Amino acid sequence: MKSGSNLERVLAAGHFSVTAECGPPRGADPNVVLEKAAFVKGNVDACNVTDNQTSVVRMSSLAGCVLVKQSGVEPLIQMVVRDRNRIALQSDLLGAAALGIRNLLCLSGDHQKFGDDPQAKNVFDIDSMQLIHLAKTMRDDGVFPSGDKLEGAPKFYIGCAVNPFADPYEIRVARLKLKMEAGADFVQTQCIYNMETFNRYMEDARKQGLHEQIKILAGVTPLKSAGMAKFMNRMVAGIDIPEAVIKRIADEPKEKQAAKGIEICIEQINELKEMEGIAGVHVMAIEWEEKLAEIIGGAGLLPRPDVEQ
Amino acid sequence: MITGTPKPIEEIMAMVEPYDNIIVAGCFGCVTVCRVGGDKEVQVLASTLRLAREAQGKKIEIREVCLERQCDPEYLEVMRPYVEDHQAVLSIACGAGIQFLAEKFTITPVLPGINTGFLGVTERQGEWAERCQGCGDCVLHLTGGICPVTRCAKSIFHGPCGGSVSGKCEVSKDVACGWQLIIDRLKALDQMENYGKLKPYKGWDSSRDGGPRRIIREDMI
Repeated sequence: MKSGSNLERVLAAGHFSVTAECGPPRGADPNVVLEKAAFVKGNVDACNVTDNQTSVVRMSSLAGCVLVKQSGVEPLIQMVVRDRNRIALQSDLLGAAALGIRNLLCLSGDHQKFGDDPQAKNVFDIDSMQLIHLAKTMRDDGVFPSGDKLEGAPKFYIGCAVNPFADPYEIRVARLKLKMEAGADFVQTQCIYNMETFNRYMEDARKQGLHEQIKILAGVTPLKSAGMAKFMNRMVAGIDIPEAVIKRIADEPKEKQAAKGIEICIEQINELKEMEGIAGVHVMAIEWEEKLAEIIGGAGLLPRPDVEQ
Repeated sequence: MITGTPKPIEEIMAMVEPYDNIIVAGCFGCVTVCRVGGDKEVQVLASTLRLAREAQGKKIEIREVCLERQCDPEYLEVMRPYVEDHQAVLSIACGAGIQFLAEKFTITPVLPGINTGFLGVTERQGEWAERCQGCGDCVLHLTGGICPVTRCAKSIFHGPCGGSVSGKCEVSKDVACGWQLIIDRLKALDQMENYGKLKPYKGWDSSRDGGPRRIIREDMI
C-alpha cells in the first residue's frame, strides 16, 4: 500500500469505487461541512474537498478535510497550484498528512478571473503535473525536491484530473499518460455527459494499457434542470453536454426535471460500471449532496465495501 | 519592443496640478514605435496640457523634448543643463526610462505619463500583443517557438489545461490557448516528441523572483 487510504484499499481489492465531493462554505461555519458530510457518510469510499473552486474564496480545503474526517468520512484533499508556490505546497502536504489525510488530488485550478478576486496575483510556480511528481517524490523517496530528508514522509494516494472533452483531443490521452508517469495512482475525470466522446477516449487509453496502470474514476454530475445544463454548456469551459441529454430533461415539466437528471445520472453510472477500464465513479452532486444516497444506491453501489487495513 | 498605453489625461492633470513649469520628455526608442511616447506624442500631450490649464485659468509652461533613449545615461545628459530650471519632468518613456531619469536628476520630481505594458510585437497597425516575460531561461526551442510562460494564462509547462476549447483559453474567447498554438506548431515541425516528457520545475530565480536582475558583460566593460 502506498498510502493505506480506504480509497486505495477499495480499489486495490478490485471493487468499483465511489467518491463524491463537498464544497466548503463561503464562511467559517463548520456546520455547513458537517451537514454535507452527513449526506456523504456511508455512501462513498472517500470524499473530495474542493480547493477554492472557480477561484471563489471558501473555507480552506485542508480545514474542510479535517471536518469531513471528524464526521467519519475519509477525506480527499484537492490542491491547486494557482494560489501556492512550491514552498507552501510542500508545507500543506506535510500538514495534511500529519492530520491524517491520505488522498490527494493535484490540480491547476481555475483561473482567478472567474472568482471574486479577479485582480489577484496567481502563482503557478509549478504546474499540476509537477505537483504530482513532488508528492510522489516526498512519499516514495522520503525527501524534499531539494534533496533534504523528510522527518516523516507524507503518504498520499495521489490523484490527478483529466478532461477528455477539452481541446485538442489528440493530446488528452497523452496527457493522462504523462500524469501517470509523473506519479498519479488514480484519476478523476471531468463531468461526463458525452458518452460517445468518453468511449473514444477510453478506447484510446486502453490501447496504451493505461487503464491497467492507473485507476480511472469517471466523473458524473446530476443535472438539476434543463436550465442548469444549458448554463453549464455555455459557461463552463471544457463541459460538453450533448443536445440529446438536454432535450431529455427539457422535455419534462419543471417539477420533474430534477428527477430526470438523477435518472440519467444513474443510467450513466450503470453504463460506466460496464465499461472496460473504469475503476469507479466520482459523483459531483454540486450543492445537492442530499441526493447522493439516492444516486449511488440507485446504481446498486451501496453499501460500500469494508476493506480491512 | 516595450509597449505602453497613455495614462488618462485626468490622471496626468492631477499629477501636474502643483506645477506651472515642467518638461514633457519623450523617447525615440520603443515608445516611439508603439506610438505612445515619441516626439509627436510629446507635442500632443504638451498642447493638451497647456489648453486644459489655460481653460482652468492656471497657465503652465512646458518645455518639450524627445531623447534618443531614456534608458542610456549619455542621452539623459542632454537634459542636465536645464532640468533644474523646471519644477518637474513628465516622462512618457517606459518605466525603465522614467526611473533612470529620476535616478540621474535627483532633486527634480519625475512623473509617469504612460503605463508601461509588456514585451510585445505589432500584430497589425494599432494592435500589440505580448510575447515575452523576460523569465531569463528560454525554452522556445522545445515549444515550437511559442512561449508557454507568456502565452498560457497559467504559465503551465504541460498544457493545455482542461479549459482549452476550440483553440481558445478559458480566460477569454478572445485569447488563443497558448498550448493549442504550441501543439499545432510542434505537429507542423514534426516535433511532437517534445510534448510527452515531464519537464523539471522551472527556476524562477532567473526571472523577477530572484530580485532585481543585472547583466554584466565583462567583455564589454
